[in-house]
Amino acid sequence: MNIDLSRRGFLKLAGAGVVATSLGSMGFGEAEAQELAQIRPYKLATLNETRNTCPYCSVACGIIMYTKGDVHQGQADLIHVEGDVDHPTNRGTLCPKGSALKDFVTSDTRLTEPKIRRPGSDSFEPISWEDALDRIARAIKDDRDENMVQFNEAGVPVNRWTTAGFLAASATTNETAWATFKVVKGMGIAGFDNQARV
Amino acid sequence: MTNSWTDIKNTDLVIVMGGNAAEAHPCGFKWVTEAKAHRGAKLIVVDPRYTRTAAVSDYYAPIRPGTDIAWLMGMIRWMIENDKVHWEYVRNFTNAAFIVQDGFGWSDGLFSGYDPEKRDYDRSTWDYVIGEDGFAEVDMTLEHPRCVWQLLKRHVDVYTPEFVENICGTPVENYLHIAEMIGETSAPDKTMTSMYALGWTQHSKGSQNIRGMAMLQLILGNIGMAGGGMNALRGHSNIQGLTDMGLMSNLLTGYLSMPTEREVDYPTYMSTRNFKPLRPGQTSYWQNYSKFMVSFMKAMYGDAAQAENDWGYHWLPKLDVPNYDILRMFELMNDGHVNLYFCQGFNPLLAFPNRGKLTSALSKLKLLVTIDPLETETSRFWENHGEFNDVDTASIQTEVIQLPSTCFAEDDGSLTNSGRWLQWHWKAATPPGQAKLDTWIMSQIFVRVRELYRKEGGSVPDPILNLSWDYADEGDPTPEELAREVNGRALTAVYDSTDPTKVVVEAGKQVVNFSQLRDDGSTMCGCWIYSGCWNEDGNNMARRDNEDPSGMGVYPNWTWSWPLNRRTLYNRASADMEGRPWDPTRPIIEWNGERWVGSDVPDISPTARPQDVGPFIMNPEGTSRLFSRGMMRDGPFPTHMEPFESPMQNVFNAEMRGNPVARVFEADVADLGTSDEFPYVGTSYRLTEHFHYWTKHNRVNSVLQPEFFVELSVQLAEEKGIQNGGWVRVWNKRGSVKAKAVVTKRIKPLICDGKPVHVVGVPLHWGFTGNAKKGYGPNSLTVFIGDANIETPESKAFLVNIEPSEEPVA
Repeated sequence: MNIDLSRRGFLKLAGAGVVATSLGSMGFGEAEAQELAQIRPYKLATLNETRNTCPYCSVACGIIMYTKGDVHQGQADLIHVEGDVDHPTNRGTLCPKGSALKDFVTSDTRLTEPKIRRPGSDSFEPISWEDALDRIARAIKDDRDENMVQFNEAGVPVNRWTTAGFLAASATTNETAWATFKVVKGMGIAGFDNQARV
Repeated sequence: MTNSWTDIKNTDLVIVMGGNAAEAHPCGFKWVTEAKAHRGAKLIVVDPRYTRTAAVSDYYAPIRPGTDIAWLMGMIRWMIENDKVHWEYVRNFTNAAFIVQDGFGWSDGLFSGYDPEKRDYDRSTWDYVIGEDGFAEVDMTLEHPRCVWQLLKRHVDVYTPEFVENICGTPVENYLHIAEMIGETSAPDKTMTSMYALGWTQHSKGSQNIRGMAMLQLILGNIGMAGGGMNALRGHSNIQGLTDMGLMSNLLTGYLSMPTEREVDYPTYMSTRNFKPLRPGQTSYWQNYSKFMVSFMKAMYGDAAQAENDWGYHWLPKLDVPNYDILRMFELMNDGHVNLYFCQGFNPLLAFPNRGKLTSALSKLKLLVTIDPLETETSRFWENHGEFNDVDTASIQTEVIQLPSTCFAEDDGSLTNSGRWLQWHWKAATPPGQAKLDTWIMSQIFVRVRELYRKEGGSVPDPILNLSWDYADEGDPTPEELAREVNGRALTAVYDSTDPTKVVVEAGKQVVNFSQLRDDGSTMCGCWIYSGCWNEDGNNMARRDNEDPSGMGVYPNWTWSWPLNRRTLYNRASADMEGRPWDPTRPIIEWNGERWVGSDVPDISPTARPQDVGPFIMNPEGTSRLFSRGMMRDGPFPTHMEPFESPMQNVFNAEMRGNPVARVFEADVADLGTSDEFPYVGTSYRLTEHFHYWTKHNRVNSVLQPEFFVELSVQLAEEKGIQNGGWVRVWNKRGSVKAKAVVTKRIKPLICDGKPVHVVGVPLHWGFTGNAKKGYGPNSLTVFIGDANIETPESKAFLVNIEPSEEPVA
């Protein structure tokens, strides 16, 4: 959901109405009105606004993300991030980290393609998603088949796989967490942890 | 957090100890500023460093890292001695009156039942006396010599202000001043809030630090109150959510626990989880455990989970050790027992202790898969960066697959903040290049593995083949589909528990909340405590009504809070035995003669009469616990323990090193140093300009704090001939780092045991990828030992040496 009628959008509409009626009542001529109409609108007013929350600490400040283009149409570039004044916790304020969020999203070291580092190699090389995922699935299947502990010495089914481990993130969504939980516990991985400890 | 960020404005006194909110949680800290400015609240800061939080405090006192328990037990002692106790609260809302078995005791720093060989306690006597009626015996006068209150009084008796000063280095006059300030909040209409973070958790007895403050807060009557509570300031945006969702070795969702192999079948598993009330008439809400558990297993295995197969109980992995936590996994890895490892948005090479050991362990994997929006040191652990990552690349045989994921700006979904609000967010930008959603990546891996099992068969295929994966696009579930599963729905019609002819939820409808879950297979629910987040009203996490009708910062219709949209946990305890608010000017809920009403969702059955049911309904006692029975491995009361690396012996017991029941791997013993060789106390922390190892990738933050440094006192710098801005080397047996020296008056030597103790501060934001200058983290130096209960590593107190040095060679 983008905002149906955003706060800034509302101001923009209200402002336009005021200008139009004022011009008429104050007797401006056609030329002046034309000139006013040509003034470039605020840059931000041409962008899409989306509500999000800061991904850093657990205060979870509300933010407004300004993008050029429509993300639902397949292309949207982040132009600006600011605090969300409607948010009860931060009321529009941001700290030195949150204020620089755009740089995080657009940093030079964002990853853009799957890569593989072969044993002993001193570099990464590109690999396609298909090949990377097939390779991972094969490694999971082979190791799980080889090392799954199906029963303990007492004959109790334990279905425990300890030669693989999974560390989950700290900033992914609850929905990602649920999908991850199902896959990892479903496969029987015992060494499952998240960043709560650090 | 028991309370919310916005509730902090209601407080009279803030104590920040074990955290540094002004720098690590700046916009949340503004509610402290608000309370100071508009309510006249005071702020106390206790920290080894004079932090930016301390800079705006009303009163600051220093403390030696790793001695918080002594400090807190001394505070409890002072409150009791000076009658700063909220008596009615203590008598009725805590287990102060409960009688404890005769076998329990404490001497020489240890509780009864210690076995040095096993490094464990026999905890069987750390429990109540159960009477003939099956209930725990109590003495409401609190006079019985074996009641919790009398045992607590004796337990804290040794912690005099002078004793505390000797251990903690907190001068007696500072300590007594703070005690006076805190003692004022024992008045029923005054509250204190405790704001803490990893300064308390990252110790081998971190859980006991937090218990110490929780006990103090209970004695003062500050839990459940507006402006009160125990407020854990979580460090990451959704670490609360990841923990709630049970992404841990020993947990399932909603704090249901993983089965162990001793629990040979489902009835055995459930037999220890029935949680019958320990006092007449109490609620003991965990009596509903089986409803949550069966609904969870229906969410996992769908139609394949049936009563006949114990709902798929045997498909869940069963633990043979308490925890396959990350420390254990790296230990196993380093011994060559782990082949595959996945890091999803997690950079353990900088986050976990003893980096040398981590590198060695990662080098023994067959395959490492990293899933991250950014470059991480972990995914490039094999790459040589001179002194900053001095590895022999060619000899490392680990294959690494680095998968690019999206970040927050590019996905929809909810994050759970520290105050338990589940806030939905919306994607704004398109991902760069081929970066993909984490949900897509996990699903793609899963459907491929499942396909291999379908085609080839293999070891234990059932839990994979039967895993419920009911999404419109199996390779790409939507956040909406996943969130609806988490909330739960009726699989067949759900009937009223008192009237079996009445349908309360039609088949296929979302349950309204966990009260509609059943253990007969008619409901499914991914995470019971989140049930209510997306019911038939829609996505409650996306609500954006920021009205606050009570004016107390409740915001009841802003997003959704677990459990049941309750904003303050234990809020029943904000009212007295008749249900009248302790502070009529700050009521949360009150009893109107028929039901509980107020600005928040009551933390009790709305019609439970105040005299009948205790406020802590999750506990079978109905009360909170000053004495935690056998539930914590290292004692029912917190007792002073030194860090594993400490400049001082344990004054109770010179033989005792660290936490006597913390798990120590044999391989790490030789890496522990003593103060003869490493005389200075190291501690780690964040800076306000950086977030962990992420923001060093940002140009702006890298400019604000471009390079690694360590902080030390003027006195230590003089002693060692260290110049402000000069290079130093800091080292111990586990590693060595080089840094610029910041010589500061913010850290002062402490006097402990009659000797000066110098603290060296090591911030944690640098590595060898990103925009900032290359540097190190404190984890090159920290100890590979975790808390005895939850295995959080002891990264806040370790020993180092320091000397002037040359610039490192990249």
